Amino acid sequence: MSQSATQSFPKHLLDFRDWSRSQVESLLETAQMMQEVLARPVKKVPALTGFTVATVFFEPSTRTRISFELAARRMSADVVSFSSTASSTTKGETYRDTLRTLDQMGIDAYILRTDAAGVPHQAHSWLHKPVINAGDGWRAHPTQALLDAFTLREKLGSLEGKKIAIVGDILHSRVARSNAELLPMLGATVVACGPATLLPSSLPGATLTTRLKEALCEADAVMVLRLQRERMDKGLLPSLPEYIAAYQVTRERLGWAKPQAPLLHPGPMNRDVELEGTLADSPQSLVERQVANGQAVRMAVLYHVLVGKRS
Amino acid sequence: MTFKSRLLNEDEVRRALTRIAHEVIEKNKGTHNLCFVGIHTRGISLARRLADLVEKFEGKRVPMGILDITLYRDDLSEIGLQPKVRETRIPFDLGGKAVVLVDDVLYTGRTARAALDALIDQGRPSRIYLAVLVDRGHRELPIRADFVGKNLPTSRSEVVKVKTLEDDGEDAVELWEVEAS
Repeated sequence: MSQSATQSFPKHLLDFRDWSRSQVESLLETAQMMQEVLARPVKKVPALTGFTVATVFFEPSTRTRISFELAARRMSADVVSFSSTASSTTKGETYRDTLRTLDQMGIDAYILRTDAAGVPHQAHSWLHKPVINAGDGWRAHPTQALLDAFTLREKLGSLEGKKIAIVGDILHSRVARSNAELLPMLGATVVACGPATLLPSSLPGATLTTRLKEALCEADAVMVLRLQRERMDKGLLPSLPEYIAAYQVTRERLGWAKPQAPLLHPGPMNRDVELEGTLADSPQSLVERQVANGQAVRMAVLYHVLVGKRS
Repeated sequence: MTFKSRLLNEDEVRRALTRIAHEVIEKNKGTHNLCFVGIHTRGISLARRLADLVEKFEGKRVPMGILDITLYRDDLSEIGLQPKVRETRIPFDLGGKAVVLVDDVLYTGRTARAALDALIDQGRPSRIYLAVLVDRGHRELPIRADFVGKNLPTSRSEVVKVKTLEDDGEDAVELWEVEAS
């Protein structure tokens, strides 16, 4: 068969530590090619025929799981699903035992979500198989960052020199952490903003501020994070109205950013909490585009992580 | 790899493509429903040339698409290195079309097999032809070309390199020898 240009990629996606800028850029180009597949009447290619992929979710999630499973199926992989709510972890089985059990069934790659940080890294060393991190605790959610980067590039072109503001509960957000890791790799500047109680002491890759105006000022894009109401129970927020007054992204405040700066949200949204409800449906909002792009990006991740034996 | 010989020069490539263009028009009885789909990388340049020649001879521009077969390869679960996924763009409906699939070299037939699957996933052409600049033999699948620039008997240790003006700065077909490692 005629040989085309070949590349090598890490055989896992735990975070971006083992990925170079050129590897990430190639992956985003592949995702662009996958968009073409998804635009066809028959949205399926035989690339991963013979591969079996397991989605193993120790934390509930619907959209991420569906996005991954559809991505795998559109590439013709077989997919099995394991979720902790319907399984033996409630009976005290450990992560390791669960994964070891699955490994006896001939799984080629694992898509893993856990409430505890670092489990995907451990799983990678236990299994010696490709592991894709679908979110581990507050630590990382690399495919979300990739789809955010893809969506931003679709709108803004190159991210070189662009200012991206991330607003909300930064402290508990794996989405913020992964974006702070990825977007600067692609040349962007990241400013993360939230109340002091919801900011980490430091966020590698980003500057932190408690002042919303400073974060949004001249921003090329604004990413709003979900505010989890249970944070209030832990005393991290004085009250919801106070948060809204100081940090809700409204149409008026979005005016501090560059004209027509796109608005992103990883979902699920609390309308009228972290952002003014109607903004999500405005032409500036890329929220639906993010979901559509998620599938193409995950197809690209599966391709790069699974195809090619050498890393 | 070491260079062995030049098999076709610029003029010979031009004449071969001119003949193929005439044969395509003759076989299809004109340009009705005709289209070209080039396989990455050099098949695209060759398909564009054939479309230009058909336009020159018949006065009608027929549509052209480009095809990447990477996601249809039959060896993705075993290969060591990862091939780059490139663009597929067929900006017209394949339904009812007479498609001329264009590649530079026909060898094992596996690229052509993958290309047939890739095409059929995107529509239902009334028929598909295969045009290649060089047929070097050693087929592993029951596939043959409808239009051939030149038949070249080769050994498996040899490599046939097609160069095009667009991709390589010159038109030529060269024979190279893979060194025993």
